[in-house]
Amino acid sequence: MTTAEKYVAAAYGVFVGVLLLYIVIYSFKMSRLEREVRELADLAESRARASEPEREQAPAL
Amino acid sequence: MSLRNNRLGALALAAAALLSAGVALAFYWAPEDADQGFSQRIFYIHVSVALTAYASFGWAAWKALRLLWRRDERYDLESYTAVHVGVMFGVLTLVTGSIWARISWGVWWSWGERQLVLFLVLFLFYSAYFMLRYSTEPGPRRARMSAVYALFGVVLIPISFLAIRLAENFIHPVVFTREGPQMSGSMFFTFLVSLAGMVALAFALHQTELAGKRLDLRLQELRKALAS
Amino acid sequence: MTYLADVAALARKDLLLELRSRDTLPAMLLFVVSTLVVFHFSLPSGSSDLAAVGLLWVAIVFTALLGLTRAFVAEREQRLMDGLVLAPCDRSAIWLAKGLSIVAFLLLAEVVALPAYALFFEPVSGQMVAGILLADLGIAAVGTLLAAMAAASRARELLLPLLFLPLAIPVIVGGVGASVADDPARYLGFLGLYDLIFAILSWASFEYVVTE
Repeated sequence: MTTAEKYVAAAYGVFVGVLLLYIVIYSFKMSRLEREVRELADLAESRARASEPEREQAPAL
Repeated sequence: MSLRNNRLGALALAAAALLSAGVALAFYWAPEDADQGFSQRIFYIHVSVALTAYASFGWAAWKALRLLWRRDERYDLESYTAVHVGVMFGVLTLVTGSIWARISWGVWWSWGERQLVLFLVLFLFYSAYFMLRYSTEPGPRRARMSAVYALFGVVLIPISFLAIRLAENFIHPVVFTREGPQMSGSMFFTFLVSLAGMVALAFALHQTELAGKRLDLRLQELRKALAS
Repeated sequence: MTYLADVAALARKDLLLELRSRDTLPAMLLFVVSTLVVFHFSLPSGSSDLAAVGLLWVAIVFTALLGLTRAFVAEREQRLMDGLVLAPCDRSAIWLAKGLSIVAFLLLAEVVALPAYALFFEPVSGQMVAGILLADLGIAAVGTLLAAMAAASRARELLLPLLFLPLAIPVIVGGVGASVADDPARYLGFLGLYDLIFAILSWASFEYVVTE
């Protein structure tokens, strides 16, 4: 490969590299969002469970 | 707006197809330039990336204008994401431009390359955009300040270019020049395909990032609602 | 004509405050002269006289930054900004008033800086003065808006130079060109264009930056 060819390949390679890096960073963000969703789902579930016993008591009063 | 898989998927596919076609054309079909030889082929990626960066900044300014006009904070994320994509493509422009300078003249940087110098100035400007956002409390005021700044950016592009041209008369003499490739039809076609691919890619990245940011925002709101 | 009356009133307030507190302007004067002295030591012998011209412009820009950093400090610290914004005047009047006072400060700083420059380095030409006057307008126009932005952030003094310097590059090009070129008209015209465009833009967008 001549020098020119190497540099041209490097230029296109940098482009691909940056794109892949972007995907990697984005995947980290995605896993963080998934974790967030799981936590919020747990939170919502526990609140739903907490309010159930109150509803059962109400008719008795 | 959720991640509309159909539309975004189609967009990403189009980008992939166009870019692959562009690379193939650039390496196998486009004729070799008489003056610069093989190294001219960087033109297809370097100029495409540069023009896409300009387009992104313009898009960001448009969304910024809409935000100020409509006072709708929804445009803030769109503008911000467009600036982000623009800066990424700007960095790619600087790197590919530097590599091209290296092949052409043996130096990694040339102040005579107007496009490169312009992108350096823009890179500094839009980096400050992020500094501005990170050091201000989120809210309508930050959205408005970012929008005003994005508008300033797009006005700065032609003014900076003019300044750089004027500066050449008394700063470093323009030692290195490159003949703009006398573009034959096939070269131009290759360039158009590459450009279309880049723009499609930028738009796909923009939409993806926007969806992610919006999701993030919704989750924060949800968390606040559940905590109360 | 109440708009201009508002502007006059606000500008008077700023200048009177400065007259009484006397903190910003003396600092700017001392800073610009100190910088010129530093430049003497930073230029290796054999440097052309032209290098000194460039450095003068750098000194002016950084002195302006010093003044601009202080521009909204008083307002922020005493919550005056909320009062000003609530006042029944067009917000852009605040920009105009503050900008005019910045121009005043810059002119006063230059009244000291230019003789010092002529003393330390080389005589000041008419075209240089013209360039400086035009540049002051552009710097004040853009700088006032950016100072308001920086004042609203947490980083404040750190942020303003970052926001300002990229926008100052065309001003420096115009100014240095006007100072050294054989046909300064082109550069002075460019400075005028910069001033016009960015003054209009800053004037129009100031209210979006200051309201909550």
